[in-house]
Amino acid sequence: MLDDFLNQFLPSTVGGLVFGSIYALVALGYTMVYGVLRLINFAHSEIFMIGTFTSLVVITAIAPASPLTGIALFGVMLLIIVLSAAISGGAAVLLELVAYRPLRRKGATRLTALISAIGASLFLQELFALVIIPWLTGKPGRNQQSAPRIVDRDTVFTIGNAAIRTDHIIVVVAAVIMMIALDRLVNKTKIGRGIRATAQDPEAAVLMGVSIDNIVRITFLLGGAMAGVAGALYLMEFENTVFNVGFVLGIKAFTAAVLGGIGNLRGALLGGIVLGLIENWGAIFLGSEWKDVIAFTVLVVVLMFRPTGILGESLQKARA
Amino acid sequence: MKGNGVTGNANPLRRLGALFDGARDWWEHAKVWQRYLVYLGAIVFALILPAPVIGEFMSPGSDWTTVLIYPIGTYMLLAIGLNVVVGQAGLLDLGFVAFFAIGGYSVAYFATQYGWNYWATVVFGILLAAVSGVILGAPTLRLRGDYLAIVTLGFGEIVRITANNTDEIGGARGITNVPHPPDIPGVVEFALLPAPYYYLMLIAIVLVIIFSVRLQKSRVGRAWAAIREDEDAAELMGVPTFKFKLLAFAIGATIGGLAGGIYAGKAVFIEPNTFPFILSATILAAVVLGGSGNLPGVMLGAFVIAWLPERFREVDWLKAALGGKDPAEYRILLFGGVLVLMMALRPEGLLPSRRRKAELHEGTGGMGTMGAEVPGPDTDVSTTEAAK
Repeated sequence: MLDDFLNQFLPSTVGGLVFGSIYALVALGYTMVYGVLRLINFAHSEIFMIGTFTSLVVITAIAPASPLTGIALFGVMLLIIVLSAAISGGAAVLLELVAYRPLRRKGATRLTALISAIGASLFLQELFALVIIPWLTGKPGRNQQSAPRIVDRDTVFTIGNAAIRTDHIIVVVAAVIMMIALDRLVNKTKIGRGIRATAQDPEAAVLMGVSIDNIVRITFLLGGAMAGVAGALYLMEFENTVFNVGFVLGIKAFTAAVLGGIGNLRGALLGGIVLGLIENWGAIFLGSEWKDVIAFTVLVVVLMFRPTGILGESLQKARA
Repeated sequence: MKGNGVTGNANPLRRLGALFDGARDWWEHAKVWQRYLVYLGAIVFALILPAPVIGEFMSPGSDWTTVLIYPIGTYMLLAIGLNVVVGQAGLLDLGFVAFFAIGGYSVAYFATQYGWNYWATVVFGILLAAVSGVILGAPTLRLRGDYLAIVTLGFGEIVRITANNTDEIGGARGITNVPHPPDIPGVVEFALLPAPYYYLMLIAIVLVIIFSVRLQKSRVGRAWAAIREDEDAAELMGVPTFKFKLLAFAIGATIGGLAGGIYAGKAVFIEPNTFPFILSATILAAVVLGGSGNLPGVMLGAFVIAWLPERFREVDWLKAALGGKDPAEYRILLFGGVLVLMMALRPEGLLPSRRRKAELHEGTGGMGTMGAEVPGPDTDVSTTEAAK
């Protein structure tokens, strides 16, 4: 048992970091929306799913005969990331407009909003399964859809017995760049100041001339775009997707957000990585079919003992 | 809130709602004999419900009595159970199907592996479900409402995946040859015919309704209402909120376990995929659609959500309109859309209790309002005022 663990420790760590980066990107959306609206955006997982399908369509359209390298690879990765981010971001803005804004206007309770979010999530999943996926791919909507390979699984270097491959590096580097960009945006720009002000005290923010509707829209746009990037990276790495790909991944990303401290951007990064690692290390002992159970158990345990997460909750104090 | 405030509106959903509100107001002022007449009528109606004449219209495509047991009766039982948790105590539970699964698996496992009597396994399953409700609730019920929702969702998935990965209870293949309930000599014989199971289900539903109504009118029900409206205030007034929330969880779980036990006795075969998250969401949709907190409303919601897909399964023009697909495939799409629409137009559901409706319109009764509810400069003020 211990031998197994030591043997698989480094490869699992690499896998955990890759998964963790994707969890972290999706977690950013949960954390930002929660910070501003105190709402668990349950349909965020479907925004991620939309990102994977955008990338699937683009990659299938390009259909490279062999995996790409060099400048071509960079160009295609950039293209799928930008397009997925744009479409997912747009979908998130639309989601806010349809499912949450009417409720916000009425001053509805958070329970009401959460139920609306669940409804929107089911609706989007089924809309894709029944209509959009058959239309996009011409295959039954509930099947796994696979994409052609665009990145070779070349080993770049090894640490101990863990091979670090090109695709691992792309996922982690792209995720880190996106997170730094978002962190700068929230902490250094005027828009970011508006977001932080709204998260801290919406009434005072209104009095200071912040347009709440705009800020909420931008928050959804940014969170959605991050989920879109996560979708593009996920598709590149795992090369398949399905209409409910977001369900389990969404819960895990939410777990990551809570683990790091919901409302806290850097917490989302930390939470994502920690969750990815725990899950992969745990799977060495229990087998990979227990991965989801491990992640959900982490969620329960964290909420029991430290519901404010590792770094504490606060979008307004994202600097901490 | 001024009176019902919804009459005289062209919105069809609101007009339908006003009709139901009228029925409720009549009921509240009805005399005792009128009420008993209604009870009697309902029971007679339920007894003759499996008649083929009714079935011909209600479910032309499949056997009506079977449809009455699953999904209609099962959904109703589950919805009444979830209503205790969501409607009465105001706790959002997204993993309710876990208790249904525990009840079902207890019957299947102990009857096939140890040859226990069916009734014993049902009772044991109910106990096991109640205990797991307490085990889930004890650490998590101190959480904020929305965190609780996600944790219960996680619990539901943990139960399903664990059943899937545990070979002792059949793994992904599930348990087959679950024995039927034993015959009661001279009275009833449980075999393949669905009718006895229907009456068993009916007895269970009636008992659970009586139990639920008595609870709601007792000290416990008042405590739940207080917790739902303002937990801090309830705590300050000396209501042991944690204990009562735990009780709500345990009672909801008990009813879920009972539904699972009856289901397993009829179904012969259960597997982990009988208990997906989507079933929890469907039952929640039933409770919310009907009017969470109001028993007739919740039952109406469960009936509508269970029956509509069955009714339109074999309707030719609908099938043709959908390009040859089974209309029942669209049911989850429809539920999702209905949830979003209901929350925007009539969050209290079709047939709400007066109290619950007032709560939702005043913004109490569920975790407080969203963070940025303050109207911005470009907010349409008339809609904001209209909602108050």
